[in-house]
Amino acid sequence: MIGFGLALAVFPLFAQKVSFVQHYLDVMVFAGIFSLVTIGLCLLMGYAGQISLGHASFFGLGAYISGVMTVKYGVNPWYCIPFGMAVASIVALVIGVPSLKLRGHYLAMATLAFCVIVTIVFNERVEITGGPDGLAFIPGLGIFGWTLNSPVRYYYFVWSIVLVALFLCTNLIGSRVGRALRSIHDSQQAASAVGVDVAKYKICAFVLSGALAALAGSLYAHYLNFINPASFDLFVSIKLIIMLMLGGMFSLWGAVIGAVLITFLSYEWLHYFEDAEVMIYGAIILTIVIFLPKGLVNLPERLKRIQADRSGVRSKVKAER
Amino acid sequence: MAGRLLSFRSMEEISLGSQLLQFTVTGITIGSVYAMVAIGFNIIYNVTEAINFAQGEFVMLGGLVMVFFRVALGLPVFLALPLTVVVVTLVGIILDRLAIKPLSEPSVLTMVIATIGASFFIRGAAMMIWGKNPYDLPPFTGRTPISFLGAAVQPQGIWVLAFRVVVVVALTLFFDRTIMGKALRACAVNPEASRLVGINVRQMVLISFALSAGIGALGGIVITPISLMEYDRGPMLAVKGFSACILGGMGSFPGGILGGLLIGLIESLGAGLVSSGYKDVFALLVLLLVLFVRPSGLLGSSEVAKIKKF
Repeated sequence: MIGFGLALAVFPLFAQKVSFVQHYLDVMVFAGIFSLVTIGLCLLMGYAGQISLGHASFFGLGAYISGVMTVKYGVNPWYCIPFGMAVASIVALVIGVPSLKLRGHYLAMATLAFCVIVTIVFNERVEITGGPDGLAFIPGLGIFGWTLNSPVRYYYFVWSIVLVALFLCTNLIGSRVGRALRSIHDSQQAASAVGVDVAKYKICAFVLSGALAALAGSLYAHYLNFINPASFDLFVSIKLIIMLMLGGMFSLWGAVIGAVLITFLSYEWLHYFEDAEVMIYGAIILTIVIFLPKGLVNLPERLKRIQADRSGVRSKVKAER
Repeated sequence: MAGRLLSFRSMEEISLGSQLLQFTVTGITIGSVYAMVAIGFNIIYNVTEAINFAQGEFVMLGGLVMVFFRVALGLPVFLALPLTVVVVTLVGIILDRLAIKPLSEPSVLTMVIATIGASFFIRGAAMMIWGKNPYDLPPFTGRTPISFLGAAVQPQGIWVLAFRVVVVVALTLFFDRTIMGKALRACAVNPEASRLVGINVRQMVLISFALSAGIGALGGIVITPISLMEYDRGPMLAVKGFSACILGGMGSFPGGILGGLLIGLIESLGAGLVSSGYKDVFALLVLLLVLFVRPSGLLGSSEVAKIKKF
């Protein structure tokens, strides 16, 4: 983790020197923002074993609360961020409590409906949200009179939050709560048999991931200074799941790796393909789910095993000869 | 003056009455398509316990492939229709073979994600082939609306209803009278026990994908002359069909049909009487409400829901 932090700290120094990758810093800010969402999603999907198709909406809720409150009511952005997180937590609680008390994947359906509804509301309530045209002139953030107005400053700001979140969540997973969550993923019956309050932990994971997504949404709104409903629709929810799947849904590091890769893919590399973008995403999910169900973080182990299998076969063949 | 007012009011009432009738007719038509999507969901759910997120894509493909056969190749309906169903059924089979069967660790979670991936792939491919514009399809029997108690009924709407009835009757016969249908139902009740009595569950999964692809295609074929079809219609159709499923009760065929009709009615009445901008919200609010109040749905049993994984 320290090595990762150092690499992150040094990255801008290199990126600024080389003109070709200078704007990568900008992309990395978005990657950091999406990492925050996928870290939360990882707790929910990888550890509590629940699918959420509504995380783009929590992300959007944070963004729109920040945006609307600062633009229309002139509230200090720093008050909007915790407020957005609180609202998202309450919404997550309202959706999560009825659907997570039941067995099975009712959360997937409830969040699917939630996501579509939220997108429609963002589009239709033009007088508040600006409708499909979006909301512009959202103010940036500043700390102690030091405005975060350049990508480099925002980069350090966002990634230090990511590191803090990563640190806290790693501790959480190593703790009692984390063990309880993992036991739920493996077998709900077994978990409840040994006294784990399954519903409570699942709801906790969902609320926490919703709040993290809202935080990321606020950061997104204050960085881009502009938001529109298309950035928070069902497609984005699924893109967040792709990020997690690609990196590896059972690992927080996987969540970050996936977020960075997919962000670069969608902001940088897929421009060359334009219309084929949707198809490429489909192909990525299928490839990952079939060949690497544990994601990229599992790749080294997987290669090792394949190699071991091969040499095993070879020695067997030799022995038979 | 009073007389004029009275007659004016009664005229308004008549127009409101026929308006309601009009919304109901529209609702039943669109609801029939949702019911077909819901039946497709249920067939796959019953065998695999997973939700096929590519179900809406089958409907979209049904419409667009039919457009290809009818408009581009100029084939008559009675040729184009079976050809389209065969093509989309093949897509369903390919989906099972390429995306579901190779899963090394098949669980409900990975299957759901695989179908999401497949739906993206199909949507992207459809966009490359047909582009982003909506396509029109000539209706089976003209466009002259039939007047029915003051409401205008499109002839194609009657076709939609007829096809739904045919699908329901054919499926009922299939599930009750044939060995294969019974085997499918056995898988729905208990896959492990079915395997023990010699049913090839893998093959049943394949058949369930083929069947629901075919039914989805039929839905797309009959609705395209009314509502046009474009490459990204799938997800919304899937969401509505899904709501229909939940409303009726997951896994229940009569439930899916009832749910589809109700969702169609709620949507068209809501759009007509309350607000057309929020037309898609009504169906989804119903979905949320059902999930929170009665998660087993109107006709589903909570006993069955307990043994299911999804």
